[in-house]
Amino acid sequence: MYKIVRKEVLNDSVSLIEVEAPYIARKAEPGQFIILRVDEKGERVPFTIADYDREKGTVTVIFQVVGKTTESLNKLEAGDSLQDFVGPLGVASHFDGVKKVAVIGGGLGTAIAYPQAKKLKSLGAEVDMINGFRNKELIIIEDLCREACTNLYIMTDDGSNGNKGFVTQKLKELIDGGAGYDLVIAIGPLVMMKAVCDLTRDYGIKTIVSMNPIMIDGTGMCGGCRVTVGGETKFACVDGPDFDGHQVDFDSAIARSRMFKNEEQRSREHACRLEGMNNA
Amino acid sequence: MPNMSLEKVRMPEQQPDVRNKNFEEVTLGYTEEMAVEEAKRCLNCKHKPCIKGCPVMVKIPEFIALTAEGKFKEAYEKIQETSSLPAVCGRVCPQETQCEKYCVRGIKGEPVAIGRLERFVADWYMKNIASKPEKPEQNGMKVAVVGAGPAGLTCAGDLARLGYDVTVFEAFHTPGGVLVYGIPEFRLPKAIVAAEVDKLKELGVKIMTNMVIGKVLSVDELLNEEGFDAVFIGTGAGLPSFMKIEGESLNGVYSANEFLTRINLMKAYKFPEYDTPVYVGKNVVVVGGGNVAMDAARSAKRLGAENVYIVYRRSEEEMPARAEEIHHAKEEAIEFKLLNNPVKINGDENGWVSSVTCIKMELGEPDASGRRRPVPVEGSEFDIEADVVVVAIGQTPNPLIKNTTPDLETNKWGCIVAKEETGATSKTGVYAGGDAVTGAATVILAMGAGKTAAASIDEYLKSKNK
Repeated sequence: MYKIVRKEVLNDSVSLIEVEAPYIARKAEPGQFIILRVDEKGERVPFTIADYDREKGTVTVIFQVVGKTTESLNKLEAGDSLQDFVGPLGVASHFDGVKKVAVIGGGLGTAIAYPQAKKLKSLGAEVDMINGFRNKELIIIEDLCREACTNLYIMTDDGSNGNKGFVTQKLKELIDGGAGYDLVIAIGPLVMMKAVCDLTRDYGIKTIVSMNPIMIDGTGMCGGCRVTVGGETKFACVDGPDFDGHQVDFDSAIARSRMFKNEEQRSREHACRLEGMNNA
Repeated sequence: MPNMSLEKVRMPEQQPDVRNKNFEEVTLGYTEEMAVEEAKRCLNCKHKPCIKGCPVMVKIPEFIALTAEGKFKEAYEKIQETSSLPAVCGRVCPQETQCEKYCVRGIKGEPVAIGRLERFVADWYMKNIASKPEKPEQNGMKVAVVGAGPAGLTCAGDLARLGYDVTVFEAFHTPGGVLVYGIPEFRLPKAIVAAEVDKLKELGVKIMTNMVIGKVLSVDELLNEEGFDAVFIGTGAGLPSFMKIEGESLNGVYSANEFLTRINLMKAYKFPEYDTPVYVGKNVVVVGGGNVAMDAARSAKRLGAENVYIVYRRSEEEMPARAEEIHHAKEEAIEFKLLNNPVKINGDENGWVSSVTCIKMELGEPDASGRRRPVPVEGSEFDIEADVVVVAIGQTPNPLIKNTTPDLETNKWGCIVAKEETGATSKTGVYAGGDAVTGAATVILAMGAGKTAAASIDEYLKSKNK
């Protein structure tokens, strides 16, 4: 069992948990992820490592409540334990020689983009961070991100924070303004990553995306997470999750992300019914 | 008096049309009376040919003689002298090509049902005897076992009995390897695997789950930092092969590993009581002819698929699956489309599988494996309607250990190179066995390799510490 030592509610649907996992904390690097299982009947779900503390022996993940598992996860508090917590999985990101970079986070993707920005800054790169949210109520980890970059731009779809527009608009503006990025990192919903790649392709700027396909084991033994990259089948859990965004077949990835849509709905309804019974 | 019946005592089983709708065990096992009766068919021959067919050399005539006398506890202890997982082996070993192949009674009539008797004795012991094994005296040396499949568990059990402090590192949340994620409940109940693992824990074996060696710790770190005196690698062959044909990334296409892991390990057959989903649809095409293909097809049927097809490029004679499993699959209304090979998976506008285009094959000259090579019949393409495709054409070893242990020699298939007689690898103090060395093979061969390596590790550490 893996103890939750800290929990922080970041907004209505996003929370942070810091979990005791000394072996993983010793090895974790930005770009890697963990797989957890809440309880005995739970499913295995991947979450990116948002932070780690090698001395304390803890690993932090940030999650958004989107279905049955994240709902149960969100019911846990500091002092509670997770059934399983395995990692660090995936290939760590490599950023040698990057001078100026735009790190883009969409929604919860911001939490995944944060450790990358932090690492790049620590390596001496100039980091612009562009974070996008639907509205200002959904903005998360603004202070952390501000520390992790040189310039932070927070966009909202509805302009409720006074900065209306998609991340791609800000990115285009900065590129056209002569920002001179040698790398763009985009992490967020598939449609957002696709849009960023479509934009940067025209400018010939190398773009790395962090893929988030369905996973089960996370160790390369099932291929549930396969993505097509440059015409080849890759397993995101062992070959990624970072890939060259200009090589990724996003349309196929978007279709695959919907494979269990009906079952996800059923699972959530099942959980709601059980709770209804408990409350009765 | 020996029982001179030419046939094995029949083992009761669930009716095909009942069992293809549930995940309960198909075969129900012998009663005490049946076991005694079958045991009496053994002639207790002097030269004991059956033993040489068993990779872990169970003392077969001796345990059967005890069974015939109704001394089931003693029979179990006799098996335990050489085998760590009898309840598993009695169920999943291909006895027809191992112990039973050499049985004298098989020359005329059916061989003695050694597997069924082993299974009976192990089940009987688990049900009736609660005693805990005595913990062997510790010799102060530590061995790490990577992978809790049949090879690793056997190696761990043998080393623990010799007094070593053994820790097994397992990547999944449950130990057992293919016994828990691959072989379905209806062939091997998971409670049996768990009970066998508990026996090892009682011997003092420590099992650390959720530990992916190669990620969280490397083999070198196990040896140099974590204080282990030797390492055994039993990581299996878990990397699925795909066909590399058009349409394999469509929704509804699974590797057999994914399909079976969802169902067996994650218990998706109990969804939504368990959280992991699995989609099966109405028409399922399973590609391949091994035990994994049979398991996937029979699981799909149990999950409510109306039509389940096995598509295999050779004929039944070349199928690597056990005869008994092919027979069970046929009884359960799995349709066999032999001498056919998929060439393309077709999808609908939403990215879901709609059909599989296959081509007919004919058998040509024998290939390197000695099996006749299948050759496509030009212009014979046809479509099978399908919502789900399960690819069960084989697995290779996962490269994780290889990639993080630079001085460990592997061959061109990614298999670890290890001496057959000892399990020794190119790296001092590191041994390997099972599918990680041979590529996908059988449970019992993996156990045999685990056993051999345990003996070599013992020898190595004793001579090192002299």
